[in-house]
Amino acid sequence: MKKSVFFGALAATTLVAGLAGAATLDDIKARGELLCGSNTGLTGFGAPDASGNWAGFDVDLCRAVAAAVLGDANKVKFVPTTGETRFTALQSGEVDLLVRNSTWTSSRDSELALDFVAVNYYDGQGFMVKKDLGVSSAKELDGATVCIQTGTTTELNLADFFKQNNISYQPVTVADDSEAQRQYLAGACDAYTTDASGLAASRATMPDAENHIILPEIISKEPLGPVVRHGDNNWGDIVRWTYYALLIAEEKGVTSANVEEVLASTTDEEVKRLLGASGEMGAKFGLDNDAFKRAIAAVGNYGEIFSRNIGEGTTINLARGLNALWTQGGLQYAPPFR
Amino acid sequence: MSETHAQTVGFTRNDMLPPLPPPVTERGAIKWLRENLFSTPLNIALTLFGIAVIYLLLQSALPWWLNSVWNAESLSQCREIVAANAGPDASGACWAMIRERWHQFLFGFYPPEEWWRPVLAFGLLFAALAPVLYSGQKRSLTILLCGVLAYLVLTLYLAGASGVVFALALLLVLGMLGLAQVQPGKLLWFTLLYPALTFWLLWGGSIWSPIVAMAGFAVLYGVFRLASPLIGLAPAAGAGVVAAVLWWLYIDVPVVEMLQSALPFSIPAIASDQFGGFLLAIVIGVTGISFSLPIGILLALGRQSDMLIVKWLSVGFIEFIRGVPLITLLFTASLLLQYFLPPGTNFDIILRVIILVTLFAAAYLAEVIRGGLAALPSGQYEAADALGLDYWRAQRLIILPQALKISIPAIVSTFIGLFKDTTLVAFVGLMDPLKGVTQIVRADIDWKGIYWEPYIFVGAIFFLICFGMSRYSMYLERKLKTDHR
Repeated sequence: MKKSVFFGALAATTLVAGLAGAATLDDIKARGELLCGSNTGLTGFGAPDASGNWAGFDVDLCRAVAAAVLGDANKVKFVPTTGETRFTALQSGEVDLLVRNSTWTSSRDSELALDFVAVNYYDGQGFMVKKDLGVSSAKELDGATVCIQTGTTTELNLADFFKQNNISYQPVTVADDSEAQRQYLAGACDAYTTDASGLAASRATMPDAENHIILPEIISKEPLGPVVRHGDNNWGDIVRWTYYALLIAEEKGVTSANVEEVLASTTDEEVKRLLGASGEMGAKFGLDNDAFKRAIAAVGNYGEIFSRNIGEGTTINLARGLNALWTQGGLQYAPPFR
Repeated sequence: MSETHAQTVGFTRNDMLPPLPPPVTERGAIKWLRENLFSTPLNIALTLFGIAVIYLLLQSALPWWLNSVWNAESLSQCREIVAANAGPDASGACWAMIRERWHQFLFGFYPPEEWWRPVLAFGLLFAALAPVLYSGQKRSLTILLCGVLAYLVLTLYLAGASGVVFALALLLVLGMLGLAQVQPGKLLWFTLLYPALTFWLLWGGSIWSPIVAMAGFAVLYGVFRLASPLIGLAPAAGAGVVAAVLWWLYIDVPVVEMLQSALPFSIPAIASDQFGGFLLAIVIGVTGISFSLPIGILLALGRQSDMLIVKWLSVGFIEFIRGVPLITLLFTASLLLQYFLPPGTNFDIILRVIILVTLFAAAYLAEVIRGGLAALPSGQYEAADALGLDYWRAQRLIILPQALKISIPAIVSTFIGLFKDTTLVAFVGLMDPLKGVTQIVRADIDWKGIYWEPYIFVGAIFFLICFGMSRYSMYLERKLKTDHR
């Protein structure tokens, strides 16, 4: 009886929170500012620099949405959220949108009443080992000590992987990435496991990067993407299609530098629709017709965002891999803009 | 000749021999060593062991300190410089990170052109504390105020404050210095005004909002004074509180808007999410400390009260808050409150955290003070009764001064604990100096992989502040010591 009262109260509050978010777009326009839930600091994906300006792969998506909705990529307030507070902050309406390297899972979609609207980065869990260990595959790690962050899905994936391959390991639990790196370099563990993008960033900043290798096995699927609340489909559509607009722009060769030029000269009907030159595409979302053009002009297309923040040429030096466009053998695929 | 005999004319020494130095084992450093370090075989063994431990510590840590790098753009550059100076395998501290990011550890994202505001507020904090810490002691007051003056001259100059600010701040402190010479008691008025002044300095906005908010207290007092002869003390206090709340709820905002449009004067408003680092820790810590003490005293008295409802409310509050970890309360502040407040309410996260940290500390203080109250012999209570003092007078004049004096060490321990607990706000996404700012710095690809340096830097500042509090409490104990033990 008590339990049902509690759940009833919970459902009621969720409903209230849902209703509160029913017109997210109007709220944002009235406020003149997009509230974007972000990481408290993750190399390459989202962190403030020395003067407090946020930059990163996830941050640029927030800026693109702000440019599309409000016409100004700087009208974003980044709300740092921790692993514990991120989903509640979204549910309670403290943020309009969460772009914080969060993995899309079924229970988060159903139980937490959230919508993952797209996947902006396909990640997966990998292993880093010292070269002189002489290991070339994760399956050879029998009996190894492995540094692992506690309380994460990576911990569960690790247990699954070793069980399936019938090999044993000794976990060394650490609290965060910097501690893991410290323990690994000090020799407290033979291997360090976390998302492959995180491994690459850690390896890039090690004093002897050439002595460490990232093993080829990726043992889990970690689709990371922007999240919105259940209950406001129009707002979810806006975020989803802002992201797809960036993908289509890359596919069609539209960049932040040449967007005006392309708009003037293109004969491609889809590009014209995307940039607001034909059709009433923006208006169908409740936005201006050139909303997506503004997003592209502000942060560039998906490829530009990738190469500026985490791609080859930056210190992190991630290959496109799964995140290449579908035309180049990757998984990034946008539905037709029509 | 023969009369002179050895036994009749003895040798008589006229002056004392100069004293011989004690044997070499009984003086100077050797004596000290023998007595203190090598007195018994066990002590010899322990001393050698201790020396070995110190040697090993120094051997591993000293090169790291000696190879410190202060000028570099990134961690990898630091490593290159260390390798160039001390060989490829040497390790060295990379303080260049502190050099580049110190401002985030101190101010968070507070805009650099407004740094003079927290700097000024911090200086005036000591000016406001002076009359409380050294009540009536002209000499200590003067020394502290002169210190504040020197601090303000230096830091305001460094922070590039405008001439007007500079002049006003100096005039204020000089005025207080003058007042300290004539009527040190009057300085307490500044202490009362300080919270409003600091709120305005830190968060900015119209100058009228803190003034009108403070006027609420004047309303409270006015209603209390007018009503107390008519309806008695306690109802008058209640009426005053009601009047003040009505003032804050309904009259405050329109009055501020009216005054602001008539006499506009404001400084740029700074949002709470710009606060971080030690600015945040000190704002939460100082507010928590100063409000938790009075609340704690009231709770302790409430717990001992004969009035049933007051007693059980106090007991319930204290036991509930003490039974719950601070992290839970912080999550409540950050997450749960959002659900229960009406949608669209913007209840400042720092304010929410301050309130719950204050309540948390108050519950602990209440128990500390209850210990002090329990330590007083019942004769003191009876003596107060025998003098015919009413409850509040007895508490104010006889019981509390003694009980608080006994509790000083424990109270200061609670304060120090509270101040260090402010780093826990990192878990609700606020930028505390230890975890929040450090994580941001490490997220920068230039500094990723840096480990000890931020912890050492932040730890050193925490140590300074907490050590200061601890020394002050020892001074206070000595000053208030009235027994002859």
